[in-house]
Amino acid sequence: MKQIHLFIIIACITFSACAQQTESEIKAESPKDLNYTTELLVPDLNIPWGMTFLPDGSMLITEKSGELIHFKDGKKTNIEGAPEVYVRGQGGFLDIVTHPDYTNNGWIYMTFASTEGGGDGGNTALIRAKLEGNTLTNKELLYKATPNTKKGQHWGSRIAFDNDGYLYFSIGDRGNRDVNPQDITIDCGKIYRLNDDGTIPEDNPFIDMENAKTAIYSYGHRNPQGMTKNPFTGAIWVNEHGPRGGDEINIIKKGKNFGWPVISYGINYSGTTFTDITEKEGMEQPLFYWVPSIAPSSMAIVSSDKYLNWKGNVLVGALKFSYLERLVLENNEVVKREKLFEDIGRVRNVVQGPDGYIYMAVEGKGILKIVPEN
Amino acid sequence: MKFIIIGFLAISSLVVLNQNTDNYTSQKDPLTESIERGSEIYTDFCMSCHLANGEGVENVYPPIAKSDYLFKNREESIRAIKYGQQGVITVNGKTYNGNMAALGLSDDEVADVMNYITNSWGNKNDKIITEEEVSKIKK
Repeated sequence: MKQIHLFIIIACITFSACAQQTESEIKAESPKDLNYTTELLVPDLNIPWGMTFLPDGSMLITEKSGELIHFKDGKKTNIEGAPEVYVRGQGGFLDIVTHPDYTNNGWIYMTFASTEGGGDGGNTALIRAKLEGNTLTNKELLYKATPNTKKGQHWGSRIAFDNDGYLYFSIGDRGNRDVNPQDITIDCGKIYRLNDDGTIPEDNPFIDMENAKTAIYSYGHRNPQGMTKNPFTGAIWVNEHGPRGGDEINIIKKGKNFGWPVISYGINYSGTTFTDITEKEGMEQPLFYWVPSIAPSSMAIVSSDKYLNWKGNVLVGALKFSYLERLVLENNEVVKREKLFEDIGRVRNVVQGPDGYIYMAVEGKGILKIVPEN
Repeated sequence: MKFIIIGFLAISSLVVLNQNTDNYTSQKDPLTESIERGSEIYTDFCMSCHLANGEGVENVYPPIAKSDYLFKNREESIRAIKYGQQGVITVNGKTYNGNMAALGLSDDEVADVMNYITNSWGNKNDKIITEEEVSKIKK
């Protein structure tokens, strides 16, 4: 009997040390005949982290290193008055999005790594501002996560608006996995929801909870770098980086715990484990998880008719494998994955433009538009 | 029974600890201390791409472990960590055309992480990289 016990214990330890991972059931395939190609629209960018379109068809592009670029009529102009960005590790100038009613109010929202507040290091900040000529004006700081830290990882951050005009943005766990994501009285490892002026909506889930960071909308996240409104349902969808394996797609729900790092399909970079469980009551399961990791940078859901059979598909930039992943879903379940434009480079961002075309930001290249071949 | 479990755990933890300290001498000289600090910087800033074993990802992130580039190009390697790296480089016979952003590390942190990566995964470098050496390298 004792021997059996010992055997079981050794088996358990061996098993966890080797960290067997279940690979994603659906594997990414190369497309048989892809009738689309890319056209270089904005050349010579380094790490174009965020991009957004203005009503005149021009674009605003953030470079991670801190520049804000206005691309209009084939010309790039550096915008003055861009926020002071703390470049550290994965942090820098991050996302940029225009207000859904930009035409009338002119508000532009941006996230970036900031040293604002006390202490060494930085944390993620959200501001809004207006563009007048070639200058950002009317800058307002809407949120700044605390505390500052010199850690380089997991700043988030993407911004999206839902159909009711609420603003959502993400902040990653800032490299403090075992402290931040599961504690709603501190920042980081969260999705936040604000009114467009930065005030906190009265029906936010933790509004009445003592000491809670009341801007939090959901928690238990690792590092969500993709976020978009599902144009068909209005829900906010995110993708987030796992460690080694365990990248996820999640549909954000009010007040829910998405489990990081209590449950995960990933393991440590070193190959050891940090948790033995992938599900737990009270914690949300991802809509999809990637094992091995693709390093999902960004997300778009195709709603236009510009691409045959792509409507409703989810597009995700794969930093690690240098392609754009197309996921086909049926009843919110991934049934097919395709590697588009293999070896194109690190796909940092993907958005559907107001014209219905898909635009990709590729590191070291620029902004590429996906167009039919010929 | 309990003793068996405790014994087993003790042995396995010893094995793990030994692996971690294998590369270092027991006396703490400046190089050892720098390597230890560099190990933390590596975990924070480098590991998500170049991985825990320094092997990188084929065709995307060049290897640091047993990298000929690192040892033939000490100054260029420091410059890459300090200011970022763009354009084509050849590592162990393979070309990489990636884009590593400036990491925002201070000069002493660059020195520490250089000392760590040049003394890990089979790499060996006795000539310590100092903050002063890093400070002299310009864009």
